[in-house]
Amino acid sequence: MGFFLETLISGLMVGMLYSLVALGFVLIFKASGVFNFAQGAMVLFAALAMARFAEWLPPLLGLQNKILSNAIAFVLAMLTMVVVAWLIERLALSRLVNQQGVTLLMATLGIAYFLDGFGQSLFGSDIYKLDVGLPKDPLFLLEGTFQGGILVNKEDLYAAAIAAVLVSMLALFFQKTATGRALRAVADDHQAAQSIGIPLNRIWVIVWSVAGFVALVAGIIWGSKLGVQFSLSLVALKALPVVILGGLTSVPGAIIGGLIIGVGEKLSEVYIGPALGGGIEIWFAYVLALAFLLVRPQGLFGEKIIDRV
Amino acid sequence: MSKRIVGDVVLAVEEISLAFGGVKALTGISFDVREHEVRAIIGPNGAGKSSLLNCINGVYTPQHGRIRFRGKSFARMNPHRAAVMGIARTFQSLALFNGMSVLDNIMTGRNLRMRTNLLLQALRFGPAQKEELEHREFVEKIIDFLEIQAYRKTPVGRLPYGLQKRVDLARALAMEPLLLLLDEPMAGMNLEEKQDMCRFVLDVNDEFGTTIVLIEHDMGVVMDISDRVVVLDYGRKIGDGTPAEVRSNRDVIDAYLGTKH
Repeated sequence: MGFFLETLISGLMVGMLYSLVALGFVLIFKASGVFNFAQGAMVLFAALAMARFAEWLPPLLGLQNKILSNAIAFVLAMLTMVVVAWLIERLALSRLVNQQGVTLLMATLGIAYFLDGFGQSLFGSDIYKLDVGLPKDPLFLLEGTFQGGILVNKEDLYAAAIAAVLVSMLALFFQKTATGRALRAVADDHQAAQSIGIPLNRIWVIVWSVAGFVALVAGIIWGSKLGVQFSLSLVALKALPVVILGGLTSVPGAIIGGLIIGVGEKLSEVYIGPALGGGIEIWFAYVLALAFLLVRPQGLFGEKIIDRV
Repeated sequence: MSKRIVGDVVLAVEEISLAFGGVKALTGISFDVREHEVRAIIGPNGAGKSSLLNCINGVYTPQHGRIRFRGKSFARMNPHRAAVMGIARTFQSLALFNGMSVLDNIMTGRNLRMRTNLLLQALRFGPAQKEELEHREFVEKIIDFLEIQAYRKTPVGRLPYGLQKRVDLARALAMEPLLLLLDEPMAGMNLEEKQDMCRFVLDVNDEFGTTIVLIEHDMGVVMDISDRVVVLDYGRKIGDGTPAEVRSNRDVIDAYLGTKH
């Protein structure tokens, strides 16, 4: 039982991190109807910016205080992401107003490759350490109930808390503010949104900046666990089954989807894995998503697709 | 009391020409719209009616000609600026926000008039709360006006076509426009729905004093509700005047009924 709980919790923690990346996809899709293939590249780019700024700043400014230099690096990295968002809007999206979703998807594919390459030539392509002061020490829970207790990583707990706060903020933003309503409007119909005076360009810069912010947070958390390196960009591939499961248009869906994938992955590896020769953690998520597509193509919380014919 | 006294020219389209590659959609079109007027644009399919509307609202930029709106003259409009200046429109093929409720759809029309900042909105705090309520109140008036009270919370995509057209109109009205462009508001409707829509258009014109430019296919409707009519054929203006004048215009009859060869 203790072992089961431990697996479950570690699954939930990993799932939370998948959710963070998936959230980036959902945000941009909800607000502009674009499936943003570049989300993974943005995570990498943001994490690289953060790691390098945190490394360059102390000698440059003579800062001793770690928290302060991390904070400044965070702000700079965020500004960088805003500039990236602005450039993406200027150079790519603004030329593609009223185009089909597929066209926009292809554009983000291009943006993904560009960001991958540009980020690495700008910030370097080694593995960088990122230490934002998340505690690394393990925590033992319920030692009285189970022998040896349940091992939980403190870092994961913090990450989960951060993700939870982020999600509730975003849900509030989308549902309760006029800007959120404008974002949803743009996602549904560019032309109509323009005709009622919603400034498309500004909305797109806002959305991509918010997605950049989410990417930065996801990048920092993943980066401080695994080190900042190219493979961060591939984390996005794990977020794909998450959004399929949760629904592309639902913020809570991204979270629940992430948790299901995370837990499913760990539990299946431990309990079904041995029967299938192990290593099923790698593909389990995709099979789950595939099965799910057959039953509920719009995902758990996605908007039901109504098509008049 | 009715606010409807036809006044001075508010919108003047001057010598507009628009071509897509080699296809001439509009050739040297000029006409004007007076304040509080209901102005119809008619013509056979492909005559360039929608293109003309799209030029006025800035979706297309004409290669030649200018548009004058309330004393300001423009060579090119854009949809955002048009909206800010008080030009609202509805769409021929519906362009509603399908994922959103009727209420939210109409609320988006108030977007330009929202002033308080994001943070306050998110927290539903103080002035933001008050502002949201004021806008909501206005939107409720429009909902009553167009008799869609029962569908407030329904996702727009689930409504029947005739009602969707009404929501489209409601969203445009929520902008409190000076000029309302209606692109075939009655297309695809049955007789009863058409009568309702006619009534709404006339009421809007009467009660809010909104100037209306509408494109319509149904000649009966056009003759009944419009003050003056522009007739287009193959991108050229072939008639302009009161419904009675247009009806007796030789070119117009030829365009609609065909000529003997």
